Parts: sequence; structure tokens; C-alpha cells
Amino acid sequence: MRHREKVRQSIRENIADIIAEESIIGRDRDRIIKVPIRGIKEYRFIHGENAGGVGQGEGEVSPGDVIEDNRGTVRGDGKAGNRPGIDYYETDITLDELINIMFEDLELPDLEQKRLREIESERQTKRKGYRQVGIRVRLDKRRTAKERIRRRFARERSSGPESVERFPFHEDDLVYRHVTTDIKRESNAVVLCMMDTSGSMDTMKKYLARSFFFLLCQFVSTKYRNVETVFIAHHTQANEVTEEEFFSKGESGGTLISSAYEHALNIISARYHPSLWNIYAFHCSDGDNYDADNDAALRRAKELCDVCNLFGYGEIKPHGHYAYESSMMTVFRRLVAPNFLTIRIERKEDVFPSFRTFLSKDRNPTGGREE
Amino acid sequence: MSGLYSVSDLEYWDKRIQEKVREFGLDCFPQQFEVCDHNQMLSNMAYSGIPSHYPHWSYGKTYEKQKTLYDYGVAGLPYEMVINSNPTLAYLMRDNSLLLQILTIAHVYGHNDFFKNNFTFRSTRAEYTIDTFKAHGDRVRQYIEDPSIGLESVEKLIDAAHAVSLECRRNLAIRKRTPEEEKDVIIESSAPPPDPFQSIHRRKPTPQLNLSKVPLVPDDDLLLFIRDHNPNLSGWEKDILTIVHEEAQYFIPQIETKIMNEGWATYWHKKILDSLELPEDLHLEFIVRHNQVVRPFSNGINPYHIGLVIWEDIHRRNNTPGYEKLFEIREADRDTSFLRRHLTEELVRELNLFEYETKGDQKIVTNVADKEGWLQVKEALLKNVGMNTVPVIKVEDGDFGHNHTLYLIHYHDGRDLQLEYAEKTLAYLSELWHGEVVLETALDGKRYMLIYNDGGFSTKALR
Repeated sequence: MRHREKVRQSIRENIADIIAEESIIGRDRDRIIKVPIRGIKEYRFIHGENAGGVGQGEGEVSPGDVIEDNRGTVRGDGKAGNRPGIDYYETDITLDELINIMFEDLELPDLEQKRLREIESERQTKRKGYRQVGIRVRLDKRRTAKERIRRRFARERSSGPESVERFPFHEDDLVYRHVTTDIKRESNAVVLCMMDTSGSMDTMKKYLARSFFFLLCQFVSTKYRNVETVFIAHHTQANEVTEEEFFSKGESGGTLISSAYEHALNIISARYHPSLWNIYAFHCSDGDNYDADNDAALRRAKELCDVCNLFGYGEIKPHGHYAYESSMMTVFRRLVAPNFLTIRIERKEDVFPSFRTFLSKDRNPTGGREE
Repeated sequence: MSGLYSVSDLEYWDKRIQEKVREFGLDCFPQQFEVCDHNQMLSNMAYSGIPSHYPHWSYGKTYEKQKTLYDYGVAGLPYEMVINSNPTLAYLMRDNSLLLQILTIAHVYGHNDFFKNNFTFRSTRAEYTIDTFKAHGDRVRQYIEDPSIGLESVEKLIDAAHAVSLECRRNLAIRKRTPEEEKDVIIESSAPPPDPFQSIHRRKPTPQLNLSKVPLVPDDDLLLFIRDHNPNLSGWEKDILTIVHEEAQYFIPQIETKIMNEGWATYWHKKILDSLELPEDLHLEFIVRHNQVVRPFSNGINPYHIGLVIWEDIHRRNNTPGYEKLFEIREADRDTSFLRRHLTEELVRELNLFEYETKGDQKIVTNVADKEGWLQVKEALLKNVGMNTVPVIKVEDGDFGHNHTLYLIHYHDGRDLQLEYAEKTLAYLSELWHGEVVLETALDGKRYMLIYNDGGFSTKALR
């Protein structure tokens, strides 16, 4: 339907808003969600504000009464339709489709460099049509018999039914099943989500981080067949936790960022060797690190850059926070690696644009690690 | 509920209703009904009831919008959907109860009679409606499939044409003069009146007539004017402009008679159902449903309600037994004249109508149905019925400043144009015209020229 395409276009234009909506984050992929769409307007000449109108009152109405706030719903018919207004309605879309739209927009990163990390996981045979030649075991008896009957009818029609008494199989009758081999390649990716769960991370900050991780996981899973996610929560110590704990658990205490990086490096060397896995690591924090730890963190970050496809650091600073808090941004400024990126997220509208910049880094063909 | 009655039930009631229709003296086209489910009904609504209509995304939009409203139960589906054609086609929704079907059938006959007899509908050539729409649809599809044209360009043109399709002549019962006739009229009216003393009076100088101007008199039909006077349009483009124009013209009578027409159909379904002597359960349901139809919208206008009240009032005041008077009015009026003649002070009060104006985010009542205010309320209502909601814009000059600039004038009636929409619509016009378009209008009491050309949109104050 043509209108569907228009809707997709409209979604694409407003994707940042839609993605930031709380309802979308953390849902099943095939769940249908309703996306409010600002109507695609059809313009014509219409009267403006000073046009006025006529209504029908219930009970007493006297001059000066306010009958409607335009923010409310407009009921009534005829006139209301001629007024401009943002016409909102909803369309059904699966989360999957939404994510596709989203990534269509991103001019997907070039994946060529990662081909080395694809491994052949399955080799299987698959039927593909029928052929006149083949080996005996693949002979399709049923079709072969049919072929013979067909040929006999043709003969009878051309030279009369009594012309043949015996009608043997002919080489032309034989039909074989054709088989091709199908190689499935497996590409593996792991997303390392690291988050600061120290006392200074409040709900809002966690929500922003969560939106970002959500996008990252969704993106990576569209690109790779086998995706694993590792959640590392840290304060002064780092632990691997489940997704639920990751987002719900509040801890208190100080922050040692290096602990998280060290833990991530351990996990990578134990389970996800870079020659087999595409590694995406992202760390969200509010930038409040224990000063003495900065150098260690920087060193670890460098090591992470060496093993990861992409390593990002996101500093979450909702409005009004950054004026007086310390920032890791300044520390990380010293780290120069082509696959490292720092972003700053202040509002939920920032999530998508920063995600986009994060991935555009990935497109850069000179990876900063040895293959 | 669909199991509760069968097609033969519908046929039985249709026959009985037809008897009543004849008894009351209504004069209808042959009538056909089609039973459909709610999804078909939604798509029928989106395509104005005509499935073979040419495709355009805006119909898909209408569909989704209706579906949203329907899914949330905000808007029930209408009970009826009638197409003005001969034979008249109407849809009955399968899930409706038997009573609703009976009500719809009776209501549809009311519309049918109105379509056949009201003067505004004479121009629609009801015999050819379905075929015309089909032919239009086929042609548009053909252009879409033509590899040298394609969906993109067709859609772009239709987008632009839709924007101005309602800027056309409103009273289609009056024939449009050809440019030659127009010329004769101008020459005739410029001749000085016969003067019995011409031998002694100094002869007045004959006024210089400019007969080369295009158009000679301001032209209402924007799309047709562009079609005929933009030499850069190719054949298929002209054809699409014609199609969009003709479809808009087809709907103008319905826009122009909304209140009368719905009132008329409601008046007759009530009369017919009252005379059918329905069994009690059906009758009770009828009362409920009928009251839902004519329920006044708070702060809006329900054409069913207002129409019905006026028709009943006319019949009451008329004092003659038959319906001759009603039939006469049904033939000769449209909403504007109907309201002007028959909406009395008492009715304005009975309907509790009021006028409002928009201030910022709020709507504020300015006049109510009292001795001082009722006339203003009535005037405001007149401005908001039928085609009066569409600003009047005419082509003044097709070659303004000898520059191939299209000069339009907005006939301002106290209501300004909505600027954002005007800008976008001018952009469409400029696309259709392949050149500069100027619209003269007034904003806050000052005259302005709104200009759209290669450089985009600009405004210029006049004088």
C-alpha cells in the first residue's frame, strides 16, 4: 500500500522521537506496537484563525463562555475537519519493522572487514528442483513413471492406440532429484554493556543508558547471526549480572571505572576470542570517577580498543548536572584510537543521534586492532 | 448478530419500505444494496464508496485514520453509505442488527430521492457515475504503469491537483460561458444605454475594452485554467488534471447540500419506520438508534439533527396535508438558500445555536440565540455550510506583467487564509503552473501579495 510507504517515511523522519519513547525500549521483537503518526498533511487553501464557527450548545450558553481548549479533543463534524491541526493517528507496526526502518536510515556500516570472523557452522544439503541426469539413489520413481505415461499418451495420440503393445521406460523418462549443498556461515558478536551503578547514577540516567544499550543490541543482532550480550555492572568492583539486575539494581558507593574494563577484558579473553567474535563494547557512566583511577582506566580502555570492533564511552548528563561534576570526557580525550568514541547524552532525544555517530565510527575501514 | 436475519428478511423489509416510499410520493432511482463487512466498509468510506476509484495514498491515510478511530471505538461506522448513481448503490454492513438494516434502507431511499430530484445533482450525470469513476481509475493506473511516467510523477501531480481541486465553480446548475460568449457580454454591457437626446448631447467616448486579457472575467476553475493555459503540460498531465477536477465537481453537490440531504433522509426514515408498524422490540431499538443519529453534538453541528428539525418545522408551518411543499423545496434549494429561507429565529433558539471565535488555544462564544445575536449566529452558520468553508479564489490574470505569472485573487469575506497552508498550496500551484504564482489576499485588514516562485515563498504588502 502506497500510504504505508509514506508512513515509513514519516516514521523515518521522526525516528529519534519514537525510539526515545519509553514504551518501545525492551520489548519483544515481534510484538506489534502502535506508533502515533503525525498525519501527512494534505494542504489546500483554508480559512485561518479568525474564521469562527457555529456550535450547538447543551443548556445555557452565554457570550464569553469558553467552550473548548484546542488541546482537548474536537468533537463535531463538518467544520472541524476544515481546520488545520496536527492530526494524529496510529499505525500498527512490528518492532522488527521499526528497527529495520531505523537501520535503513543509518546507511549500514560496512561489514567487509569482519568476514574473517565468520565461521562455517553448518553444511547441509538442500533439495533444489529436478534434473534429467543424476545418480541412481536420487531417482524419483513417481515422476519417472508419470513421465513415461505422458510419453505413451503422446505416442497414442499421434499413431493410434493399437500401435504399441509394449512400452518400456526410456532414458528420457528418468527424473532425478537435484540437490545442492548449502553452507551456513555463522558470524558471532558479543555486546558488552558496562554501566556505572554507583550511587550517583539515578533512574533517569539509567533509563538513558538503557535506551542506548537497547539500540546497540538490536543493531548488532540485525547484523550477526549469533549475538550474545554481557552485562557488567560496576561501582568500585565489577560484576557480571543478568539483564534484569543490570537495569534494576541500584548500588551505592564510589566508582572505579578501571574495574569494569578489567572485568570486560577478562571475559573477552576467557570466552570471546577476538578472532572468532565481533566485539562491541559500550560503557555508560555519569563521568564521576575516583580521580586516582583515571590513569588505570585509560590504560584499560586502550587495551579494550585493541580487541573490540568498536568501543564507546557514553557520558550521561541529564540537564543541569554537568556544571559541577567531574567528567571522564577530559580523561578520554587523551585516548586516540580509530574505533573509540565518546558521546554525551543529555536528553532522551539525544539517544538516537548519538547512536548514529557511534555507528558511523564503525564504518571506518581502518580498524584499530590486529586481525 | 449477523445470524439473526437472512437476506430474505432484508428483501422482505426492502419491499415493504418501497411500498411506503411510493405511498409518500418519493421519486427514486432504482436502488441496489450490497452487504459487506466492516473492513470493506472502511475501505469503501476511504474511497468515497467507489471501489474502482483511482489510487492515491491519501485514501490509504483516510483508511488508517478511520481504522484507528474504529478500533478505539471512538467513531462507530456509519450505518449507511450511498453512492449517487443511477441505479443508486448503497452498502449495508453485515454486523449491523436487523433494525439498523431496516433503518439504513429507509434512510437510503431518502437520499436516493434527493439525488434524483435536487437541482444541484443534475450536473452529476448519475447514469454514468460508476463507469466514469472506473474509466478515471483505469486511466490513472495506466499512467502509473507506463514506464515513461511512473508512480512518482503521477503521485506528485495528483498531490498538487488535490490541493486546489475544490477551487472550482460552486453552482454547477449555471452553465459556464465560453470565452466567445463572455466577449459578447462584455461588449454588450459596455455599450452606452440608448439616449433619446443623443442628437444634442455630446457623445461619450467609447470605453477602451481590453478583450485580449486571459481570462476575460475571473475564472473559478483553477485546475481547468491551468490545464488550458499552461503550454508545458503533456497530454497525460492534462488528463489527470481533468480527472481530479471532474471528481471534485462530482462531490460538490453533496458538500453543498449536506444539511438538507441528511435532514431529508432522516425525516423520511422516521416517517417510513413510524408507518411500518414494527414489532415492539424493533420499534424500541429504532427509537434508541434514531436518537443517536439526531443527537446534537455539543459545540458542533450535527447535520442530521439540524436538517431534520428544519424539515419538520417547514412541514408544520405549511399546514397543508400533502408533502408537495417539501418536495418543491427539496428540488430547488441547497444548504445556503435552505438555511437562509427556513432557519427562523425560533429554530435558532430551539437548536440552541451559538457563534464562537478562536482566540489562541481557546474557543470563545461571541453570540447566542437571543434577540440581538441570532441573526449573527445564522450568518456565521451560513458561512460554514457547504462550499462556503472553502475560500473563494479566482484566476485574475494568466499572464501577469507579461511574465507568464499566474495572478490569483482571494475574495476576502472577513476570514483570512491560514498562512502555512496557503504557502504550501501556492507551492503546489507553482508546480502545476511551471512558473510564478501570485495570490492577492488580505491579512489583518491589509492587502498582501503572496508570491511563490523559484526563490520560494515571499509576501509583499500592497499600497
